Amino acid sequence: MSVLVFAESWNGSFKKGTFEAITFAHDTAKKLNLSCVAVTLGDISDDINSLSNYGADKVISVNSRFDSCDNKGMSSALSQVAKQQNASVFIISNTNTGKCIGPRLSVNLDASYISNVIEIPSESSPITIKKKAFSGKAFEITQTNSSSCVLALSPNAYTIKENPNPNCQIDTFDFTSESSDVTSEKIEKLTGKISLAEAEVVVSAGRGLKGPENWGIIEELADILDAGTACSKPVSDIGWRPHSEHVGQTGKAIAPNLYIAVGISGAIQHLAGVNSSKVMVAINTDPEAPFFKSADFGIVGDAFDVIPRLIEEIKNFKENN
Amino acid sequence: MNILVCISNVPDTTSKIEFTSDSKVFNTEGVQFIINPYDEFGLTKAIKLREEHGGKVTVIHLGEPSSETTLRKALAIGADQAIRIDSESKDSFGIAQELAKVISEQDFDLIITGRESIDYNNGAVPGMLAAILDLPFINACTGFTLNGNSANMEREIEGGKEYVKASLPLIIAGQKGLVEESDLIIPNMRGIMTARTKPLTVVNSNGTADKSMSISFEKPATKQACKILEAGQEKELVTLLHKEAKVI
Ligand SMILES: Cc1cc2nc3c(=O)[nH]c(=O)nc-3n(C[C@H](O)[C@H](O)[C@H](O)COP(=O)(O)OP(=O)(O)OC[C@H]3O[C@@H](n4cnc5c(N)ncnc54)[C@H](O)[C@@H]3O)c2cc1C
Repeated sequence: MSVLVFAESWNGSFKKGTFEAITFAHDTAKKLNLSCVAVTLGDISDDINSLSNYGADKVISVNSRFDSCDNKGMSSALSQVAKQQNASVFIISNTNTGKCIGPRLSVNLDASYISNVIEIPSESSPITIKKKAFSGKAFEITQTNSSSCVLALSPNAYTIKENPNPNCQIDTFDFTSESSDVTSEKIEKLTGKISLAEAEVVVSAGRGLKGPENWGIIEELADILDAGTACSKPVSDIGWRPHSEHVGQTGKAIAPNLYIAVGISGAIQHLAGVNSSKVMVAINTDPEAPFFKSADFGIVGDAFDVIPRLIEEIKNFKENN
Repeated sequence: MNILVCISNVPDTTSKIEFTSDSKVFNTEGVQFIINPYDEFGLTKAIKLREEHGGKVTVIHLGEPSSETTLRKALAIGADQAIRIDSESKDSFGIAQELAKVISEQDFDLIITGRESIDYNNGAVPGMLAAILDLPFINACTGFTLNGNSANMEREIEGGKEYVKASLPLIIAGQKGLVEESDLIIPNMRGIMTARTKPLTVVNSNGTADKSMSISFEKPATKQACKILEAGQEKELVTLLHKEAKVI
């Protein structure tokens, strides 16, 4: 038996979440005394050997082309590999692609499906594992009751570690794909932008910024911190920022190392989606703003005054460090 | 056009999430339940599609009789009829199996679910339905237009968007963008009155077993008090983030 992990790629490149998933799979396999097998789909331009650095004992590369939205084809290929490898645990990243594939895999394999997991299983039989629930307001300990399971790892929840395996073997798997039942027409990548789910630092702003024309300082701050940009719900509802930036209980749930909230009051629905951040900073004119109750650090002050100075200070810091 | 919208009944977003004293079960005392916000975008889209193309909007929910309040709300918003599968709530696998059975007995052109429910956040039912029913599926759907039998859709991907195409019947898991916040319909008196007489059918559970079970819950550790600085202390903040928090 083995622990299988889907090494998700986009345009032939692995993502940060892929290495998190491999590390997680390696640690899970160790706990369960099984081997860790990574699976790639389609053409990979990155070095496949890089997967062995994070602990894959074997890599299986599925020789076939997949349309980027062919979740049926991808899950059917992965199920075939899972059966061949007699996988009892199948790990995927909880990305938009993962969320299409994981549930399908669980049906194909008649396996339990648990998403948003944040730790390796605490028990092995039956598999018992901790996941996020209630949009970050709680954690749930869940137990599986079937012989195999699919686990979807929450992004930014598990630290990447190197576990080099020099004996990692690379096999290929032949798969004949049918034509996809969903076809991709066009992809619009927001170039130069860091994807919010994977960003280690996120700079976010709310209605306190007064208007879309004022986002320059937010983008500049994000830029010098290599951060993704986010916003509160009303800001995306009134069209100041795109919906893809809306974080919170009804937007994206994120878990960066550092979350900087500028002119955001800190409503319960907003906090639900961001309180998995390791460190939160609030900048707000109102000393009574609820965000200060949840933040680790805060500055009481006007964003238009504080942010430009903060940008200067970070530039100074970067020059000296 | 025959549209089905899957509705989850979830705690109001302002709810304080508490558990029973043994931490085993979510404590629903004093909690208001609402239509899962992602499903509400889907329901509103379904009503718009009915306005454009004609047809019927059915809402379906698996749950106990107490959740009928939420189904009546969906009827008041504008759905034509409702189905409740009479069952205690199940895990995603159980819910998907139960829904699939009812769906396979009818002819739906489009099945809309939310991207995830805001309580257990598993986000699994739509993909499982697609696998069980062997239908085309996209998640995180932020745009949908119909061209005869073919749907042009937009879905969110990490760091961008993808435009995709598929033929009916199909399943989408929606979110904001499918319709805008300002499109959401607040039921009026007439809607609420007519909702009382719209058909709400109760069907029996087929007894599918769950594949996972909840053991217990934990709350996030309470944070230490916030270190509050004043405007002008930006340099101190940078130092704290570097030396104490070690995040820059
Ligand atoms: C069903 C439902 C779901 C929801 N889901 C979400 C969600 O997912 N995400 C989300 O964000 N919200 C969500 N909300 C909305 C939420 O309740 C709040 O209304 C929202 O988060 C407030 O946004 P805000 O903080 O930007 O604006 P406001 O509450 O208006 O706060 C603006 C803040 O800016 C401060 N400020 C003003 N001027 C300045 C200045 N010059 N410098 C610094 N600070 C300044 C003010 O003191 C204030 O604290 C939801 C609500 C409902 C009902």
